Amino acid sequence: MEDILFYLFSAAVLLSAFFVVVSRNPVNGAMFLIVAFVGIAALFVMLESYFLAVIQTLVYAGAVVVLFLFIIMLLDVEGSGKIRPKAISVVAAGLAFALLALGVVGLFASGRAGPEPELPLQTAASLSRHFGYELFTKYMLPFQLIGFLLLAAMVGVIYISKKEPSPTTETPSQD
Amino acid sequence: MTYLPVLVAFVKALIMISVVMGMAAYAVLAERKIAGWIQGRHGPNRTLLPLLGHIPILGRILTRIGIFQPVADGLKFIFKEDPVPGHVNLLYYFLAPCVAFIPAMTTMVVLPFGEMDGAPLVLANIDIGMLFILAVSSLGVYGIILAGWAANSKYPFLGGIRASAQMISYELAMGLSILPAFLWANAPGTETGLSLFNVVQSQDTVWLVFWQPLSALIFLVALFAETNRLPFDMPEAETELVSGYHTEYGSMKFGLFFVGEYTHIVIGSGVLVILYFGGWNFLPGFASPWPEGWLGGVFSTLWFLGKVLTVVFFFIWIRWTLPRFRYDQVMRLGWTVLLPLALANLILNAILIALFENWIV
Repeated sequence: MEDILFYLFSAAVLLSAFFVVVSRNPVNGAMFLIVAFVGIAALFVMLESYFLAVIQTLVYAGAVVVLFLFIIMLLDVEGSGKIRPKAISVVAAGLAFALLALGVVGLFASGRAGPEPELPLQTAASLSRHFGYELFTKYMLPFQLIGFLLLAAMVGVIYISKKEPSPTTETPSQD
Repeated sequence: MTYLPVLVAFVKALIMISVVMGMAAYAVLAERKIAGWIQGRHGPNRTLLPLLGHIPILGRILTRIGIFQPVADGLKFIFKEDPVPGHVNLLYYFLAPCVAFIPAMTTMVVLPFGEMDGAPLVLANIDIGMLFILAVSSLGVYGIILAGWAANSKYPFLGGIRASAQMISYELAMGLSILPAFLWANAPGTETGLSLFNVVQSQDTVWLVFWQPLSALIFLVALFAETNRLPFDMPEAETELVSGYHTEYGSMKFGLFFVGEYTHIVIGSGVLVILYFGGWNFLPGFASPWPEGWLGGVFSTLWFLGKVLTVVFFFIWIRWTLPRFRYDQVMRLGWTVLLPLALANLILNAILIALFENWIV
């Protein structure tokens, strides 16, 4: 039963992720992205990692994709025709894929990707406490680094969106 | 006989769905009756069911208070002509009402509504109930966005855009307003976690609203915004947007939006009562007088339902009392007042709790 569910959800995630990439209509793409995120949450549930599953739904499916849709609708991007990618994008994509493949193969070859030994069962209250404790002690550095990354991305977005306003046109109000 | 537990769970779920749907239907009636009362008129008082309405005195009273009206409303939704405009995106046009309705109904799964011998009465007592409700109800916004987009016309589109902006803005304040409550409830030595049942049990003497009046207020305001109720009903402001995102919908598809909205109100009131108003605990300062056994379960459930109905009444009362905000005011209130206030409230509470734990106890 669990195997069937696992394959079902994995297939849903992979298929919808594929359709995110290939769908011409950006709204369809965003919808498939939601399916992919919810499918990943379902996989987390099957790992009995309910906290991660709920956070996955809450943050990615519930907030991030809403913002995507919001932007798509505000900009009114109609299904654009064939986009010819720039050469540098193709090279970068190929490089990223090669690195990812190398990483996955390396991980499996090193033999550390096998199933972990059974962890002692914990009650959920102590589990979420444990989760927070580990995040702020053992994994403090990666946590902070990701925070910096997000901050950098945010500053970048603000910089790009605040192109110097031309003095003739009125700047839109902040509301 | 391994199917028996499944069957029992199924029947329980059906009962819960019927009760919540019934409450949503009668919340609509209450809305119209209270609106009538506030505006000095009668409200629905003429719907008559054949046999029940002709019971000598009782039938007349029931007709006067409009008890049969929801039946007529429901039948109307089902039997009305179901027009599909020619300019819509068909897939999303049909998907949107379902997406609006299903998350609203799903959140009830983890909502505890009573206790019996120290065990919760709930469909699924999961330990992260609060997060589950937030996560699932955050999916409900897609119904509104998709409806606005798929209708492919101006007013629904504006309604959908407004709804998404408003719901994202107030979701932040709502999430932050819940945290101090859980900080309080998770006193050292307790295993409250994020479970809704444990939060209620931690309020057996003093309700959280007395410790956390500001959090409760922020939560209430955010709840009004999330359910698109009147001071915040931007997405469907009828004087500006016809009826917003569901302008192009008719019959049962509109009905799904409508019932979804009222279900959202009922469930949201339930969460408010659980978090801040003591759930099924008796008045603050008094131990719950519920007897042991199933009778206690019945009493605690009824007490909880009474509190929820009071909050629903409050929702309706506000709707017919306050005028609507302007859209920029809604956004300003969300981002420049509620969010900083919720953040400050969280930090203040964290500091207070740290002081309390380290120096006083």
